[in-house]
Amino acid sequence: MKHLVHQFHFKDKYLAFDVVSNTLLELDVMSYRVLELYSEDIAIDEIIRIIKSEGFEESSEEVRETILDIIKMKEERSLFNEEIIPNGSLFGDDAIIKAMCLHIAHDCNLRCKYCFASSGHFGGKRRMLDIETGKAAVDFLILQSKNRKHLEIDFFGGEPLMNFEVIKVLVEYVKEQAKLHDKIIKLTLTTNGVLLADDIRDYLNKENISLVLSLDGRKEINDNMRYTLDGSSSYDVIVPNLQATVASRDNENYYVRGTYTSKNIDFAADVKHMSDLGFRYISVEPVVAPEDMQYALTNKHLQQIQQEYEKLVEVYIQSLGTEQEFYFFHFNVDLENGPCVAKRLSGCGAGHHYVAVTPEGDIYPCHQFVGKEDFLLGNVKGGINRLEIINQFKETNIYTKPLCRECWARFMCAGGCHANAYGFNQDINQPYQIACEITKKRLEAALYIKAHQS
Amino acid sequence: MLHSLGGKKMKHIRIISKNALQDTIHTGACGECQTSCQSACKTSMTVGNQVCLKSERK
Repeated sequence: MKHLVHQFHFKDKYLAFDVVSNTLLELDVMSYRVLELYSEDIAIDEIIRIIKSEGFEESSEEVRETILDIIKMKEERSLFNEEIIPNGSLFGDDAIIKAMCLHIAHDCNLRCKYCFASSGHFGGKRRMLDIETGKAAVDFLILQSKNRKHLEIDFFGGEPLMNFEVIKVLVEYVKEQAKLHDKIIKLTLTTNGVLLADDIRDYLNKENISLVLSLDGRKEINDNMRYTLDGSSSYDVIVPNLQATVASRDNENYYVRGTYTSKNIDFAADVKHMSDLGFRYISVEPVVAPEDMQYALTNKHLQQIQQEYEKLVEVYIQSLGTEQEFYFFHFNVDLENGPCVAKRLSGCGAGHHYVAVTPEGDIYPCHQFVGKEDFLLGNVKGGINRLEIINQFKETNIYTKPLCRECWARFMCAGGCHANAYGFNQDINQPYQIACEITKKRLEAALYIKAHQS
Repeated sequence: MLHSLGGKKMKHIRIISKNALQDTIHTGACGECQTSCQSACKTSMTVGNQVCLKSERK
């Protein structure tokens, strides 16, 4: 039964998380130890004997009552729930594409060292999306979404605001087509903020476009990785633009998102800095880079990274109830109203629910696969011609990944990023393990915060 | 926050959140929820960050 409940000690708390039901418990030291022993299928009298031999002061009767409480929770399906493994796809046999990363520009006005898109061109030509291809991409999404009502388009790049005139035309087209086909299409835009001038931010607010804004935190950290074409500071350009942008939208409907590398494993200070700058919705992510890059995160950094999340928990908790209260993306875990099991099995949906479209109209499983010709699925003007790749992604889930099957975090994480798995292990079924370890620590932090706040 | 179980108070265990995720295997899969990119270059969603659109509408 051991793999059905995840027990962990985080800061001052002893917690247990039932993997299959998502039930979260807080225990004291004695009940934590009792649960460990019970998980190993040890008989009640033997558990009592062990607890007494380990020097716990509680009476045998109290230990027995605790064991009976655990048994009762098991009977009520709050603990040790067995997993029901579904047969086949829970989403049916159709290939339904409902979300698109639309590459508005394969060019960028920054030159960030760690950019997976090779400064915007993804290993191809520097090119802008044209209106005709953009409209074909919207048509493709609506057609492929079949009976799904809620669709998403993320305007992405490179730097999408380098092609702002095309965005404006496409937003009008999206609204018109959504009405015609009875769809709700949510729009987001991921930008480095360099071009976020008054008129552009007014437009984005008016159209209710959610923003993902890039900033790595402290000036020296940000500028070490993110600089302009002439090598000067991006921080000085970006920060005033981002501050004006979030102020103009009442500090809502955005995330400021940073990347941490081996150069700033003390990233809690960067989150604090972003909060001090007035940003309320913050996310930072580990860089994904080959181990031979100087800034890469490797196994030797893991312990320090994990400790840093504990520091970040302190920063986060200290902000609660103050004027600088902020939301840290990975600490927002909704245990009660989270997604259904089907969603948790299939994860991001790359390659079957979600695709990326390049300025040429080429379709890839997601933005991270762009430029990898083995994963080219087709073109928005000619449709999908590699259905076998779509089926491969569709059939990939936590049960096809040996590492995920027994991982306690499988229903929270859903199996990780396919592109990272492929990038590091040349196999979408073999997760990138550094990301696994970081994800697990972030989830423990989120569960700890739940316990702290309840 | 629950301390009790079937009307009986537990002395050493506190239930912070009681759930039955496994039951959604029969009720879920409407496919209307937000797509959850898991790559770090966007903002990687462990799906646990998400809210079910069905339960949000209730």
